[in-house]
Amino acid sequence: MPDATQVMFFLSAALILVSAVLVVTVRNLIHAALWLIATLFGVAMLYVLLEAGFLAVVQVVVYIGAIAIMFIFAVMLTRRDLLSQSPQTNANWPVALGVSALALVGIAYIVRGFVFSLERTPAPLTGDTLQMLGEALTSPSLFVLPFEVASVLLLAALIGSVYLAWNKK
Amino acid sequence: MSFWNFWTDPIGVADAWLRGLFAGWGMPEFWVSLLVSLIGIVVLVVFALVLDIMLVWVERKVVARFQGRLGPNRVGPFGLFQPFPDIVKLIIKEDITPAGADKVVFNMAPVISAMSVIILWAIFPLAARVYGTDLNVGVLYLIAAGAFGTLSVIMAGWSSNNKYALLGAFRSVATMISFEIPLVVTLLIPVVITGSMSLKAISEAQINSVPFFLVAPLAFLIFLISAIAELGRSPFDLNEGESEIVSGFHIEYSGMKFGWFYAGELLHSYTVGGLMGILFFGGWGWFGLEKVLPWLDTPFFGAISVLGKALIGYWIIMWIKYTVPRIRIDHMLAFNWKFLTPLSFALLMVMAVVHSLLKEQALWIYVPAMFLSNILVGWVTLEILRNNARQQRDAVKTPEPVAQH
Amino acid sequence: MQNPWIYIGLFLVIGIVVPVAPLIIAAVIAPKKPNPIKQSTYECGMETVGDSWVQFKAQYYVFALAFLIFDVETVFLFPWALSLNILPFFVVVEGIIFILILLAGLVYLWRKGMLEWV
Repeated sequence: MPDATQVMFFLSAALILVSAVLVVTVRNLIHAALWLIATLFGVAMLYVLLEAGFLAVVQVVVYIGAIAIMFIFAVMLTRRDLLSQSPQTNANWPVALGVSALALVGIAYIVRGFVFSLERTPAPLTGDTLQMLGEALTSPSLFVLPFEVASVLLLAALIGSVYLAWNKK
Repeated sequence: MSFWNFWTDPIGVADAWLRGLFAGWGMPEFWVSLLVSLIGIVVLVVFALVLDIMLVWVERKVVARFQGRLGPNRVGPFGLFQPFPDIVKLIIKEDITPAGADKVVFNMAPVISAMSVIILWAIFPLAARVYGTDLNVGVLYLIAAGAFGTLSVIMAGWSSNNKYALLGAFRSVATMISFEIPLVVTLLIPVVITGSMSLKAISEAQINSVPFFLVAPLAFLIFLISAIAELGRSPFDLNEGESEIVSGFHIEYSGMKFGWFYAGELLHSYTVGGLMGILFFGGWGWFGLEKVLPWLDTPFFGAISVLGKALIGYWIIMWIKYTVPRIRIDHMLAFNWKFLTPLSFALLMVMAVVHSLLKEQALWIYVPAMFLSNILVGWVTLEILRNNARQQRDAVKTPEPVAQH
Repeated sequence: MQNPWIYIGLFLVIGIVVPVAPLIIAAVIAPKKPNPIKQSTYECGMETVGDSWVQFKAQYYVFALAFLIFDVETVFLFPWALSLNILPFFVVVEGIIFILILLAGLVYLWRKGMLEWV
């Protein structure tokens, strides 16, 4: 009888895999965006299982609340007749099949040499993990420089997107 | 189980009694926990929905009085039972799905809209020991629930196969996401002051010191404005511009699906009023009275305090809705991106500085200092706006007189 | 309640089941008499003119982009806000630098005219 955590893990994994396959194969682009939202929600469930509640909520807020909405807006920017008539596959599918098979063999080879034992997983953090995250992001001996560089990265993304959108106008 | 035990800790006593009952029947521990929480959840959701039904009556009576008429007064005393025939009417109406609509998405949209409001009640603390659960990321969870609301609006507008629904949905989503930035930034301010994101901890911090609207009044004002825009209520209700695009994204919905959009909006307004009470007005405290009168410190009166503050907040939102005309979409978005967002970030920076400098001091130094810093930010903003207005006036005022005598 | 997330998960399930229940009741009880006039799309009482596809203004996309950047920024600010009570004053300065860099981005958007509606 599997553990409750294992059942939740299998549920989340099934949700992610099925939704991801449906994102790529469904004809209607808006439906694909909605299946993407299901995938992202499955990832949020995985974060909860890993006891990272903050990351789970951030996943919903940023990915589902901002990025998925941007996807849907971008889909609606395209002309409507592109929504359902374009062909699903193109002529390169044998090459794609070969590359994916190679990737699968590579991943299987790496996973075979990996030791999945409980003694080697790091112990879960005790104490108030949220405050520890805050301290980690702002104390000079830890990650404050990536914190500031992240803001510069966001600024670069903003300016780049303005440049792209500006030319369209 | 004495009455006093139950009176001071109802959830704990009920929880222990139910667990004893189920364990006595021989259920394994895991299922006992699950069943007890399930019963708790059903009770909480039913409570929220009964409140929702009462809110329909409150809304209709209040709008009628604002508009100088009587409102419902036939069904029951003062029309109190009016929502029940409303629900029956909505359920027995024929379900018309427009031709060409996307059936699955069309049916899912009102369900997700109602769900995004109901799940807010999971972390809503009604009293010191009466709440669904105490999440340590409570404040961000509120924003996540709002993300589902935004999603449901797009789904409704797109799946209706109607250009007005689509227009309404776009405008509504643009408004909701734009005003989310000042909302989140002003939500950060109680987090800065308390040092924790959980709603229970924020309420307790206010009960131990002062309610946060004394510490951060400008933050409360910005939160109120952004929350009204998030709810899609007037003066920001472009999505429901009855005179413009006839109900916007829910044009094609009839029957109970429309009922869920409508009831969801009312419950969302009430819950946001409650959140204003919890975040800025002291949670389940009675503004310090409960230290003087100890019988106010019990869960029953705490819940009355929270629900009362929610009702007052809801009344303020309704007051603004039925008094002020609608704002145009470009004015609304300019107001947000050019005024509210820089203002809320400036306020956050000033409050973080003042809080860090003065967090060790006694309360009678800390609170006036924070209050004055808010007033300072507000005054500087007004000066900038006045300057701008003066410049615009001067640019127009300079035509010379045609004839000089 | 040892794990609040189990509670939240159950709440989500109930939050979906409860709105669906009256919809199912309505689907069973309500009359079903579809005819093409009833199911035509609504356009203030007349026949629909043109395709039901409006040209999507590119401006919506710009607002969604600006919102995304600022949303990620505020998410970064949450752990910073939590650490203000325990770490000394320079943490505030770090946060202010963070916010100011992104406010510079907002000013850039403003000057480029990206925040206009037309």
